[in-house]
Amino acid sequence: MSADAAELRAYIERHVEPHAGRWDREQHIPAAALRGFADTGWLGAIAPTAAGGRGLGAREFGRVNALLGAACSSLRSLLTVHSMVIHAVTRFGSPAQRERWLPRLASGAILAGFALSEPEVGSDAAAIQTAAVADGDGYSLTGGKRWITFGEVADLLLVFARTDAGPTAFLVETSLPGVRRLPIRDMLGVRASMLAAVHLEDCRVPADARLGKPGLGVTFVAQSALDWGRLSVAFGAVGIARRCLAVSGAYAEQRRQFGQRLCDHQLIRRMLTDMLVETRAAGLLCERAADLKDRGDPRSLAEVSAAKYYATRAASRAATDAVQILGANGCSPDYPVERLLRDARIMEIIEGSNEMHQLSLAEHALHPDPTEP
Amino acid sequence: MHPYTATVREFLARHIRGHQLQDSDDIFALGFVNSLFAMQLVTFVEAQFAVTVDNEDLDIDNFRSIDRIIAFVTRKAAGPAPEPGP
Repeated sequence: MSADAAELRAYIERHVEPHAGRWDREQHIPAAALRGFADTGWLGAIAPTAAGGRGLGAREFGRVNALLGAACSSLRSLLTVHSMVIHAVTRFGSPAQRERWLPRLASGAILAGFALSEPEVGSDAAAIQTAAVADGDGYSLTGGKRWITFGEVADLLLVFARTDAGPTAFLVETSLPGVRRLPIRDMLGVRASMLAAVHLEDCRVPADARLGKPGLGVTFVAQSALDWGRLSVAFGAVGIARRCLAVSGAYAEQRRQFGQRLCDHQLIRRMLTDMLVETRAAGLLCERAADLKDRGDPRSLAEVSAAKYYATRAASRAATDAVQILGANGCSPDYPVERLLRDARIMEIIEGSNEMHQLSLAEHALHPDPTEP
Repeated sequence: MHPYTATVREFLARHIRGHQLQDSDDIFALGFVNSLFAMQLVTFVEAQFAVTVDNEDLDIDNFRSIDRIIAFVTRKAAGPAPEPGP
Protein backbone atom coordinates (compact mmCIF):
# COMPACT_ATOMS: atom_id res chain seq x y z
CA MET A 1 0.00 0.00 0.00
CA SER A 2 1.38 3.41 -0.96
CA ALA A 3 1.83 6.12 1.65
CA ASP A 4 -1.03 8.05 0.06
CA ALA A 5 -3.35 5.06 0.22
CA ALA A 6 -2.38 4.42 3.85
CA GLU A 7 -3.11 8.05 4.64
CA LEU A 8 -6.52 7.79 2.94
CA ARG A 9 -7.32 4.56 4.76
CA ALA A 10 -6.45 6.17 8.10
CA TYR A 11 -8.60 9.19 7.26
CA ILE A 12 -11.55 6.98 6.36
CA GLU A 13 -11.20 4.89 9.51
CA ARG A 14 -11.14 7.98 11.67
CA HIS A 15 -13.39 10.47 9.91
CA VAL A 16 -15.77 8.55 7.64
CA GLU A 17 -16.52 5.04 8.84
CA PRO A 18 -17.61 6.00 12.38
CA HIS A 19 -20.09 8.55 11.02
CA ALA A 20 -21.44 6.92 7.86
CA GLY A 21 -24.39 5.24 9.59
CA ARG A 22 -25.49 8.48 11.23
CA TRP A 23 -25.11 10.43 7.99
CA ASP A 24 -27.28 7.81 6.33
CA ARG A 25 -29.99 8.09 9.00
CA GLU A 26 -29.86 11.90 8.96
CA GLN A 27 -29.74 11.90 5.14
CA HIS A 28 -27.08 14.54 5.26
CA ILE A 29 -23.31 14.91 5.43
CA PRO A 30 -22.41 17.95 7.53
CA ALA A 31 -20.63 20.77 5.74
CA ALA A 32 -17.64 20.39 8.06
CA ALA A 33 -17.26 16.74 7.04
CA LEU A 34 -17.46 17.63 3.36
CA ARG A 35 -14.90 20.37 3.92
CA GLY A 36 -12.67 17.98 5.83
CA PHE A 37 -12.74 15.49 2.97
CA ALA A 38 -12.09 18.21 0.40
CA ASP A 39 -9.10 19.33 2.45
CA THR A 40 -7.50 15.90 2.06
CA GLY A 41 -7.13 16.64 -1.64
CA TRP A 42 -8.78 13.39 -2.72
CA LEU A 43 -11.65 15.21 -4.42
CA GLY A 44 -9.03 16.30 -6.93
CA ALA A 45 -7.93 12.70 -7.47
CA ILE A 46 -8.04 12.81 -11.28
CA ALA A 47 -7.46 16.54 -11.72
CA PRO A 48 -4.16 17.37 -13.43
CA THR A 49 -1.28 18.04 -11.08
CA ALA A 50 -0.74 21.37 -12.86
CA ALA A 51 -4.14 22.43 -11.53
CA GLY A 52 -3.31 21.21 -8.03
CA GLY A 53 -4.89 17.79 -8.40
CA ARG A 54 -3.37 14.40 -7.70
CA GLY A 55 -3.30 13.43 -11.37
CA LEU A 56 -4.30 9.83 -10.72
CA GLY A 57 -4.98 7.36 -13.50
CA ALA A 58 -7.99 5.08 -13.67
CA ARG A 59 -6.50 2.24 -11.63
CA GLU A 60 -5.40 4.39 -8.70
CA PHE A 61 -8.62 6.37 -8.85
CA GLY A 62 -10.59 3.14 -8.78
CA ARG A 63 -8.79 1.94 -5.68
CA VAL A 64 -9.64 5.20 -3.91
CA ASN A 65 -13.30 4.54 -4.72
CA ALA A 66 -13.09 1.01 -3.37
CA LEU A 67 -11.66 2.24 -0.07
CA LEU A 68 -14.20 5.02 0.26
CA GLY A 69 -17.09 2.90 -1.01
CA ALA A 70 -16.47 0.30 1.68
CA ALA A 71 -17.10 2.95 4.32
CA CYS A 72 -19.65 5.34 2.85
CA SER A 73 -21.30 5.16 -0.56
CA SER A 74 -22.71 8.65 -0.11
CA LEU A 75 -19.30 10.28 0.23
CA ARG A 76 -18.01 8.04 -2.56
CA SER A 77 -20.84 9.32 -4.76
CA LEU A 78 -19.56 12.86 -4.24
CA LEU A 79 -16.16 11.74 -5.46
CA THR A 80 -17.90 10.11 -8.44
CA VAL A 81 -19.81 13.12 -9.72
CA HIS A 82 -17.12 15.65 -8.79
CA SER A 83 -14.57 13.60 -10.74
CA MET A 84 -16.91 13.30 -13.72
CA VAL A 85 -17.06 17.08 -13.93
CA ILE A 86 -13.29 17.39 -13.45
CA HIS A 87 -12.79 14.97 -16.32
CA ALA A 88 -15.26 16.80 -18.55
CA VAL A 89 -13.58 20.17 -17.97
CA THR A 90 -10.11 18.67 -18.43
CA ARG A 91 -11.03 16.84 -21.62
CA PHE A 92 -13.48 19.22 -23.26
CA GLY A 93 -12.82 22.59 -21.66
CA SER A 94 -11.20 25.53 -23.40
CA PRO A 95 -7.91 26.76 -21.90
CA ALA A 96 -9.87 29.55 -20.21
CA GLN A 97 -12.43 27.12 -18.77
CA ARG A 98 -9.70 24.82 -17.50
CA GLU A 99 -7.85 27.71 -15.91
CA ARG A 100 -11.01 29.05 -14.31
CA TRP A 101 -12.49 25.86 -12.90
CA LEU A 102 -9.89 23.14 -12.45
CA PRO A 103 -7.87 24.61 -9.55
CA ARG A 104 -11.04 25.14 -7.51
CA LEU A 105 -12.43 21.74 -8.40
CA ALA A 106 -9.12 20.06 -7.62
CA SER A 107 -8.88 21.66 -4.19
CA GLY A 108 -12.53 21.05 -3.44
CA ALA A 109 -13.02 24.79 -2.91
CA ILE A 110 -16.15 24.25 -4.98
CA LEU A 111 -18.23 21.08 -5.28
CA ALA A 112 -19.57 19.91 -8.61
CA GLY A 113 -22.57 17.90 -9.75
CA PHE A 114 -23.60 16.15 -12.96
CA ALA A 115 -27.04 17.22 -14.15
CA LEU A 116 -28.18 14.90 -16.92
CA SER A 117 -31.25 13.02 -15.63
CA GLU A 118 -34.67 14.61 -15.89
CA PRO A 119 -38.07 13.61 -14.52
CA GLU A 120 -38.92 11.92 -17.82
CA VAL A 121 -35.39 11.08 -19.02
CA GLY A 122 -33.10 8.48 -17.46
CA SER A 123 -31.24 5.97 -19.61
CA ASP A 124 -32.37 7.62 -22.86
CA ALA A 125 -30.06 10.59 -22.29
CA ALA A 126 -30.29 11.94 -25.84
CA ALA A 127 -33.99 12.66 -25.23
CA ILE A 128 -33.35 15.45 -22.69
CA GLN A 129 -35.93 18.21 -22.75
CA THR A 130 -34.14 21.00 -20.88
CA ALA A 131 -33.72 23.76 -23.44
CA ALA A 132 -30.83 26.14 -24.05
CA VAL A 133 -31.84 29.03 -26.27
CA ALA A 134 -29.29 31.44 -27.71
CA ASP A 135 -29.83 34.73 -25.96
CA GLY A 136 -27.63 37.68 -26.88
CA ASP A 137 -24.04 36.65 -26.19
CA GLY A 138 -25.06 33.63 -24.13
CA TYR A 139 -27.84 31.13 -23.54
CA SER A 140 -31.02 30.95 -21.55
CA LEU A 141 -31.61 27.56 -19.90
CA THR A 142 -35.04 26.32 -18.93
CA GLY A 143 -36.06 22.90 -17.71
CA GLY A 144 -35.90 20.46 -14.85
CA LYS A 145 -33.21 18.04 -13.71
CA ARG A 146 -33.78 15.28 -11.16
CA TRP A 147 -31.81 12.87 -8.98
CA ILE A 148 -28.79 15.15 -9.02
CA THR A 149 -26.22 13.76 -6.59
CA PHE A 150 -25.08 16.44 -4.11
CA GLY A 151 -27.26 18.82 -6.12
CA GLU A 152 -28.37 20.31 -2.83
CA VAL A 153 -24.93 21.75 -2.11
CA ALA A 154 -23.01 21.70 -5.42
CA ASP A 155 -21.57 25.04 -6.47
CA LEU A 156 -21.21 24.09 -10.11
CA LEU A 157 -23.36 21.82 -12.24
CA LEU A 158 -22.54 20.24 -15.56
CA VAL A 159 -25.95 20.67 -17.16
CA PHE A 160 -27.03 19.02 -20.38
CA ALA A 161 -29.56 20.97 -22.40
CA ARG A 162 -30.90 20.88 -25.92
CA THR A 163 -29.81 23.55 -28.39
CA ASP A 164 -30.71 23.79 -32.08
CA ALA A 165 -27.70 21.55 -32.72
CA GLY A 166 -28.80 18.92 -30.18
CA PRO A 167 -27.80 18.05 -26.60
CA THR A 168 -25.07 20.38 -25.37
CA ALA A 169 -23.11 20.64 -22.12
CA PHE A 170 -23.00 23.77 -19.95
CA LEU A 171 -21.17 24.68 -16.76
CA VAL A 172 -23.78 26.37 -14.60
CA GLU A 173 -23.05 28.04 -11.28
CA THR A 174 -25.83 27.29 -8.85
CA SER A 175 -25.66 30.83 -7.49
CA LEU A 176 -27.06 32.19 -10.75
CA PRO A 177 -30.56 33.67 -10.86
CA GLY A 178 -33.00 31.14 -12.26
CA VAL A 179 -31.50 28.12 -10.47
CA ARG A 180 -33.76 26.60 -7.82
CA ARG A 181 -32.93 23.42 -5.91
CA LEU A 182 -35.28 21.16 -4.00
CA PRO A 183 -33.81 18.43 -1.81
CA ILE A 184 -34.99 14.86 -2.45
CA ARG A 185 -35.26 12.72 0.66
CA ASP A 186 -36.25 9.22 1.77
CA MET A 187 -34.56 7.33 -1.03
CA LEU A 188 -33.82 3.64 -0.60
CA GLY A 189 -30.06 3.96 -0.34
CA VAL A 190 -27.03 6.25 -0.62
CA ARG A 191 -29.25 8.39 1.55
CA ALA A 192 -26.67 11.01 2.52
CA SER A 193 -25.90 11.94 -1.08
CA MET A 194 -28.03 15.06 -0.75
CA LEU A 195 -29.96 14.52 -3.97
CA ALA A 196 -31.83 17.44 -5.43
CA ALA A 197 -34.21 18.33 -8.17
CA VAL A 198 -32.81 21.32 -10.02
CA HIS A 199 -35.17 23.73 -11.74
CA LEU A 200 -33.82 26.12 -14.33
CA GLU A 201 -36.07 29.03 -15.21
CA ASP A 202 -34.67 31.37 -17.82
CA CYS A 203 -31.25 30.86 -16.28
CA ARG A 204 -28.89 33.01 -18.31
CA VAL A 205 -25.35 31.80 -18.78
CA PRO A 206 -22.56 33.40 -20.81
CA ALA A 207 -21.37 31.82 -24.06
CA ASP A 208 -18.24 30.54 -22.34
CA ALA A 209 -20.40 28.40 -20.05
CA ARG A 210 -20.81 25.99 -22.95
CA LEU A 211 -18.49 23.00 -22.61
CA GLY A 212 -17.50 21.40 -25.90
CA LYS A 213 -19.22 21.85 -29.20
CA PRO A 214 -22.97 22.34 -29.56
CA GLY A 215 -24.79 19.08 -30.21
CA LEU A 216 -22.02 16.85 -28.86
CA GLY A 217 -22.98 17.06 -25.20
CA VAL A 218 -24.28 13.52 -24.86
CA THR A 219 -22.22 11.85 -27.58
CA PHE A 220 -18.88 12.96 -26.25
CA VAL A 221 -19.05 14.96 -23.00
CA ALA A 222 -21.62 12.90 -21.10
CA GLN A 223 -20.43 9.52 -22.35
CA SER A 224 -16.82 10.31 -21.58
CA ALA A 225 -17.72 11.53 -18.08
CA LEU A 226 -20.04 8.58 -17.49
CA ASP A 227 -17.20 6.22 -18.29
CA TRP A 228 -15.34 7.61 -15.28
CA GLY A 229 -18.56 7.52 -13.28
CA ARG A 230 -19.10 3.85 -14.08
CA LEU A 231 -15.55 3.04 -13.11
CA SER A 232 -16.05 4.85 -9.81
CA VAL A 233 -19.32 3.03 -9.12
CA ALA A 234 -17.82 -0.34 -10.09
CA PHE A 235 -14.89 0.04 -7.70
CA GLY A 236 -17.24 1.46 -5.06
CA ALA A 237 -19.32 -1.69 -5.38
CA VAL A 238 -16.21 -3.79 -4.85
CA GLY A 239 -15.68 -1.81 -1.67
CA ILE A 240 -19.21 -2.66 -0.52
CA ALA A 241 -18.69 -6.34 -1.26
CA ARG A 242 -15.36 -6.39 0.61
CA ARG A 243 -16.95 -4.76 3.64
CA CYS A 244 -19.83 -7.25 3.58
CA LEU A 245 -17.33 -10.09 3.52
CA ALA A 246 -15.30 -8.63 6.37
CA VAL A 247 -18.30 -7.93 8.60
CA SER A 248 -20.16 -11.18 7.98
CA GLY A 249 -16.97 -13.26 8.21
CA ALA A 250 -16.08 -11.76 11.57
CA TYR A 251 -19.64 -12.18 12.79
CA ALA A 252 -19.81 -15.79 11.65
CA GLU A 253 -16.62 -16.59 13.56
CA GLN A 254 -17.84 -15.04 16.77
CA ARG A 255 -21.54 -15.93 16.81
CA ARG A 256 -22.47 -19.35 18.23
CA GLN A 257 -25.70 -21.25 17.58
CA PHE A 258 -26.48 -24.91 18.39
CA GLY A 259 -23.14 -25.09 20.18
CA GLN A 260 -21.21 -24.22 17.04
CA ARG A 261 -19.78 -21.10 15.54
CA LEU A 262 -21.90 -19.87 12.59
CA CYS A 263 -18.89 -20.26 10.33
CA ASP A 264 -18.85 -23.98 11.05
CA HIS A 265 -22.31 -24.41 9.53
CA GLN A 266 -22.00 -25.54 5.95
CA LEU A 267 -24.72 -23.27 4.58
CA ILE A 268 -22.99 -20.23 6.07
CA ARG A 269 -19.64 -21.37 4.66
CA ARG A 270 -21.24 -21.60 1.22
CA MET A 271 -22.46 -18.00 1.43
CA LEU A 272 -19.05 -16.80 2.58
CA THR A 273 -17.35 -18.69 -0.24
CA ASP A 274 -19.60 -17.18 -2.91
CA MET A 275 -19.06 -13.76 -1.40
CA LEU A 276 -15.29 -14.20 -1.39
CA VAL A 277 -15.01 -15.45 -4.97
CA GLU A 278 -17.45 -12.96 -6.46
CA THR A 279 -15.78 -10.09 -4.64
CA ARG A 280 -12.37 -11.16 -5.96
CA ALA A 281 -13.77 -11.57 -9.48
CA ALA A 282 -15.39 -8.14 -9.36
CA GLY A 283 -12.14 -6.61 -8.17
CA LEU A 284 -10.20 -8.22 -10.99
CA LEU A 285 -12.71 -7.08 -13.61
CA CYS A 286 -12.42 -3.54 -12.27
CA GLU A 287 -8.63 -3.66 -12.26
CA ARG A 288 -8.57 -4.93 -15.85
CA ALA A 289 -11.01 -2.28 -17.06
CA ALA A 290 -9.01 0.43 -15.33
CA ASP A 291 -5.77 -0.87 -16.78
CA LEU A 292 -7.22 -0.78 -20.31
CA LYS A 293 -8.51 2.72 -19.65
CA ASP A 294 -5.09 3.86 -18.49
CA ARG A 295 -3.61 2.49 -21.71
CA GLY A 296 -6.18 4.27 -23.89
CA ASP A 297 -7.46 0.96 -25.22
CA PRO A 298 -10.84 1.34 -27.01
CA ARG A 299 -12.00 -1.91 -25.39
CA SER A 300 -11.96 -0.10 -22.06
CA LEU A 301 -15.46 1.36 -22.48
CA ALA A 302 -17.06 -2.06 -22.80
CA GLU A 303 -14.85 -3.46 -20.04
CA VAL A 304 -15.81 -0.65 -17.67
CA SER A 305 -19.44 -1.43 -18.48
CA ALA A 306 -18.86 -5.14 -17.75
CA ALA A 307 -17.06 -4.30 -14.51
CA LYS A 308 -19.88 -2.00 -13.39
CA TYR A 309 -22.49 -4.60 -14.26
CA TYR A 310 -20.76 -7.47 -12.50
CA ALA A 311 -19.43 -5.60 -9.49
CA THR A 312 -22.76 -3.98 -8.61
CA ARG A 313 -24.56 -7.33 -8.88
CA ALA A 314 -21.86 -8.96 -6.78
CA ALA A 315 -22.21 -6.20 -4.18
CA SER A 316 -25.96 -6.73 -4.01
CA ARG A 317 -25.57 -10.49 -3.60
CA ALA A 318 -22.85 -10.04 -0.99
CA ALA A 319 -24.96 -7.56 0.96
CA THR A 320 -28.03 -9.81 0.77
CA ASP A 321 -26.06 -12.73 2.15
CA ALA A 322 -24.36 -10.55 4.75
CA VAL A 323 -27.74 -9.47 6.09
CA GLN A 324 -28.83 -13.12 6.09
CA ILE A 325 -25.76 -14.24 8.02
CA LEU A 326 -26.23 -11.53 10.64
CA GLY A 327 -29.95 -12.31 10.94
CA ALA A 328 -31.90 -9.79 13.03
CA ASN A 329 -28.64 -7.98 13.81
CA GLY A 330 -28.13 -7.56 10.06
CA CYS A 331 -31.44 -5.76 9.81
CA SER A 332 -30.60 -3.30 12.58
CA PRO A 333 -28.62 -0.08 12.38
CA ASP A 334 -26.18 -1.56 14.93
CA TYR A 335 -24.35 -3.18 12.02
CA PRO A 336 -23.55 -1.62 8.65
CA VAL A 337 -24.82 -4.42 6.41
CA GLU A 338 -28.42 -3.20 6.08
CA ARG A 339 -27.06 0.12 4.81
CA LEU A 340 -24.65 -1.68 2.50
CA LEU A 341 -27.58 -3.67 1.08
CA ARG A 342 -29.64 -0.54 0.43
CA ASP A 343 -26.64 1.21 -1.10
CA ALA A 344 -25.76 -1.77 -3.30
CA ARG A 345 -29.23 -1.77 -4.85
CA ILE A 346 -28.77 1.86 -5.88
CA MET A 347 -25.48 0.96 -7.55
CA GLU A 348 -27.34 -1.38 -9.91
CA ILE A 349 -29.41 1.55 -11.17
CA ILE A 350 -27.09 4.55 -11.36
CA GLU A 351 -24.57 5.35 -14.13
CA GLY A 352 -26.62 3.30 -16.57
CA SER A 353 -29.06 0.75 -15.23
CA ASN A 354 -27.72 -2.77 -15.32
CA GLU A 355 -30.33 -3.61 -17.96
CA MET A 356 -28.79 -0.97 -20.26
CA HIS A 357 -25.39 -2.53 -19.67
CA GLN A 358 -26.83 -5.99 -20.41
CA LEU A 359 -28.23 -4.78 -23.73
CA SER A 360 -24.92 -3.29 -24.71
CA LEU A 361 -22.77 -6.16 -23.43
CA ALA A 362 -24.93 -8.73 -25.20
CA GLU A 363 -23.55 -7.36 -28.47
CA HIS A 364 -20.08 -8.34 -27.31
CA ALA A 365 -21.34 -11.79 -26.38
CA LEU A 366 -22.89 -12.24 -29.82
CA HIS A 367 -19.96 -10.73 -31.69
CA PRO A 368 -16.80 -11.32 -29.66
CA ASP A 369 -13.85 -9.05 -30.21
CA PRO A 370 -11.19 -11.16 -31.99
CA THR A 371 -8.47 -9.28 -30.13
CA GLU A 372 -9.78 -10.59 -26.80
CA PRO A 373 -7.94 -13.64 -25.44
CA MET B 1 -5.87 1.45 -51.05
CA HIS B 2 -4.64 3.69 -48.26
CA PRO B 3 -2.47 1.74 -45.79
CA TYR B 4 -4.83 2.66 -42.92
CA THR B 5 -8.00 1.51 -44.67
CA ALA B 6 -7.84 -2.13 -43.61
CA THR B 7 -7.20 -1.22 -39.96
CA VAL B 8 -10.09 1.23 -39.80
CA ARG B 9 -12.40 -1.10 -41.69
CA GLU B 10 -11.55 -4.02 -39.39
CA PHE B 11 -12.31 -1.95 -36.29
CA LEU B 12 -15.61 -0.69 -37.67
CA ALA B 13 -16.61 -4.17 -38.85
CA ARG B 14 -16.35 -5.42 -35.26
CA HIS B 15 -19.16 -3.04 -34.34
CA ILE B 16 -21.16 -2.74 -37.54
CA ARG B 17 -22.86 -5.95 -38.58
CA GLY B 18 -24.84 -6.93 -41.63
CA HIS B 19 -23.56 -4.15 -43.84
CA GLN B 20 -20.74 -4.20 -46.35
CA LEU B 21 -19.19 -0.88 -45.48
CA GLN B 22 -17.92 1.26 -48.34
CA ASP B 23 -15.11 3.73 -47.73
CA SER B 24 -17.44 6.68 -48.14
CA ASP B 25 -20.44 5.29 -46.21
CA ASP B 26 -21.65 7.70 -43.51
CA ILE B 27 -21.81 5.48 -40.44
CA PHE B 28 -23.62 8.17 -38.44
CA ALA B 29 -26.30 8.76 -41.09
CA LEU B 30 -26.73 5.00 -41.48
CA GLY B 31 -27.53 4.75 -37.77
CA PHE B 32 -24.60 2.53 -36.80
CA VAL B 33 -23.19 4.84 -34.15
CA ASN B 34 -24.60 5.15 -30.66
CA SER B 35 -22.97 7.48 -28.18
CA LEU B 36 -20.94 4.71 -26.55
CA PHE B 37 -19.51 3.64 -29.88
CA ALA B 38 -18.69 7.24 -30.78
CA MET B 39 -16.36 7.40 -27.77
CA GLN B 40 -14.91 3.99 -28.62
CA LEU B 41 -14.18 5.24 -32.12
CA VAL B 42 -12.38 8.32 -30.82
CA THR B 43 -10.38 6.18 -28.39
CA PHE B 44 -9.50 3.76 -31.18
CA VAL B 45 -8.25 6.55 -33.42
CA GLU B 46 -6.09 7.97 -30.64
CA ALA B 47 -4.65 4.62 -29.61
CA GLN B 48 -4.21 3.08 -33.03
CA PHE B 49 -2.67 6.04 -34.82
CA ALA B 50 -0.96 7.78 -31.88
CA VAL B 51 -2.73 11.06 -32.51
CA THR B 52 -4.53 13.29 -30.03
CA VAL B 53 -8.13 14.13 -30.79
CA ASP B 54 -8.25 17.69 -29.53
CA ASN B 55 -11.39 19.48 -28.50
CA GLU B 56 -11.66 21.24 -31.85
CA ASP B 57 -11.29 17.88 -33.63
CA LEU B 58 -14.35 16.44 -31.90
CA ASP B 59 -16.53 16.90 -34.91
CA ILE B 60 -18.72 14.16 -36.34
CA ASP B 61 -17.40 15.12 -39.79
CA ASN B 62 -13.97 13.76 -38.84
CA PHE B 63 -15.39 10.34 -37.99
CA ARG B 64 -18.36 9.74 -40.25
CA SER B 65 -16.72 7.44 -42.81
CA ILE B 66 -13.58 5.41 -43.41
CA ASP B 67 -12.40 8.08 -45.85
CA ARG B 68 -13.00 10.88 -43.35
CA ILE B 69 -11.25 9.05 -40.52
CA ILE B 70 -8.20 8.41 -42.67
CA ALA B 71 -8.15 12.01 -43.88
CA PHE B 72 -8.34 13.21 -40.28
CA VAL B 73 -5.57 10.89 -39.07
CA THR B 74 -3.35 11.83 -42.01
CA ARG B 75 -3.90 15.52 -41.31
CA LYS B 76 -3.18 15.14 -37.59
CA ALA B 77 -0.08 13.03 -38.20
CA ALA B 78 1.28 15.72 -40.53
CA GLY B 79 1.03 18.27 -37.72
CA PRO B 80 -0.50 21.73 -37.78
CA ALA B 81 -0.87 23.49 -41.08
CA PRO B 82 2.09 25.84 -41.69
CA GLU B 83 1.56 29.52 -41.06
CA PRO B 84 1.03 31.54 -44.25
CA GLY B 85 4.32 32.99 -45.48
CA PRO B 86 5.07 36.68 -45.70
